[in-house]
Amino acid sequence: MDFIHDLMTYGFLQKAFATSIMVGIICGVIGCFIVLRGMALMGDAISHAVLPGVAISYMLGINFFYGAVATGILTAFGIGAISQNSRIKNDAAIGLVFSAFFALGIILITRAGSATDLTQILFGNVLSVRSSDMWLTLIIGAFVVLVVIMFFKELLVSSFDETMAAAYGLKTRMIHYTIMFLLTLVTVASLQTVGVILVVSMLITPASTAYLLTNRLSVMVVLAAFFGALSSVIGLYFSFLYNLPSGPVIALATTSLFCLAFLFAPKQGIVSKKIRIMSKRKEATAKS
Amino acid sequence: MIDSITVNNISVSYDDNEVVKDVSFSFGPGSLIGVLGPNGAGKSSLLQAMLGLIPRDHGNVRLGSHSIDEMRKQIAYVPQRSNIDWNFPIIVKDTVLLGTYPKTGLFRRPKKEDKEWSMECLRQVGMEEFAKRQIGELSGGQQQRVFLARALAQKADYFFLDEPFVGIDVSSEEVIIDILRQLKNSGKIVFVVHHDLSKVRSYFDELVLINKELIDAGPVNKVFQRDNMAKAYQRELMLEGLGVSM
Ligand SMILES: Nc1ncnc2c1ncn2[C@@H]1O[C@H](COP(=O)(O)OP(=O)(O)O)[C@@H](O)[C@H]1O
Ligand SMILES: [Mg+2]
Repeated sequence: MDFIHDLMTYGFLQKAFATSIMVGIICGVIGCFIVLRGMALMGDAISHAVLPGVAISYMLGINFFYGAVATGILTAFGIGAISQNSRIKNDAAIGLVFSAFFALGIILITRAGSATDLTQILFGNVLSVRSSDMWLTLIIGAFVVLVVIMFFKELLVSSFDETMAAAYGLKTRMIHYTIMFLLTLVTVASLQTVGVILVVSMLITPASTAYLLTNRLSVMVVLAAFFGALSSVIGLYFSFLYNLPSGPVIALATTSLFCLAFLFAPKQGIVSKKIRIMSKRKEATAKS
Repeated sequence: MIDSITVNNISVSYDDNEVVKDVSFSFGPGSLIGVLGPNGAGKSSLLQAMLGLIPRDHGNVRLGSHSIDEMRKQIAYVPQRSNIDWNFPIIVKDTVLLGTYPKTGLFRRPKKEDKEWSMECLRQVGMEEFAKRQIGELSGGQQQRVFLARALAQKADYFFLDEPFVGIDVSSEEVIIDILRQLKNSGKIVFVVHHDLSKVRSYFDELVLINKELIDAGPVNKVFQRDNMAKAYQRELMLEGLGVSM
């Protein structure tokens, strides 16, 4: 119970705790829409592409938030522009744009900062979260959750049946870019907790875990937020205990939860399916 | 009273390849219209262009004196089955409830009446006992009935169904055509894309026959005859034995 004692005592740990829980929640929530719309690769792309923005903000001496959001949005539009205006397929366009941004980001960071900065941005260091970062994360988080609650109906119908949504007059293109915008915000908020490279695991894994457990989007979103937050706390704990970078630990925590659901989810789990089949067989032999 | 629908000179191209060419027609209230033509004739493209879901090269659609954009909430569209993610986390009754969204509007949640109304629509298509199933856990015919229920839930005046009878069982087909007839009898305008010629006479009272260009449009008796069908289907089908009048 040392962790709890330390959590009560140290301010830096409290900030890390609050930040990582919020990051877990919003990654889980946005992750559901990313997973269901088949945009996992897009999530990966945006998270990598914020890197040059971070570097430029660093050089200009402004909060990394502004630069990161700017390059994130630029990437979303760049990918859209290439895949709509040429014969290049969407996944190739994604790879093309984000690798360029990422490469540029690494060069800029190496120039502007130091190797430690780069490692922190790539892999996260939740224990270095400052008050201002924590507040930024909480504000972004509140905003993202609010938008998802307010437009839940529209997000649901456009993710499930985009044609119907367009037919009754929803601006589906705008919804797409809104999700890209939220995704960028979430990525930026997650930078310090999980780092650029592993944001995608926070986006995709808790949402996929939840997906195995329910047939309702609203329940999926809540479960994903819960799994995200739980993974963050587990990750923070081990990161603190063994002095490990928080990103990879959190990523493995999300994966562990996924594995449990994959094996034991009541309907979708592979072990549960086997057991159901076996008990059916038993019934059948008992009857005959 | 529902306004007539008038289509003026609609053309559609994909990358310079014109697939619908200068199609025009008009139908009044209380019509059940079959949109007929061979595979690749441009039926789906025509429907989507009418609804503004894909760009038109030129042409327009008028509902009385209104444009489609002004009447979006009066339009229910049931796309071809293939566009749906059948593993989506949504159950049958929530799928039907989506039909109430257009008239619910932004920032509002569906109310109790909306939920009751969507259950009523589900009952009309005979699917109420499946209300809690995930939509992928249904047969093709049952899925099609659920999507029809969703269209009914929209309380629309104009219905557009793309190949609703493909790959479904006979009893679902009967349920669906029954409901489409009821819609027609209550004065609605219903378009149904169809490519199976055998039931044309018994299902529709109006036809739009296309193969890229409009071949003919109007009452079944006028449109569904040998010359027209030969033009539309060219060498693709033997006309004998299809019940086409001479
Ligand atoms: N998205 C698309 N891009 C390019 N060509 C298309 C596209 N959709 C349809 N087509 C082509 O347009 C023609 C008409 O297609 P479609 O409207 O689906 O016909 P139908 O519904 O009558 O079978 C076909 O030749 C088809 O190959
Ligand atoms: Mg078609």
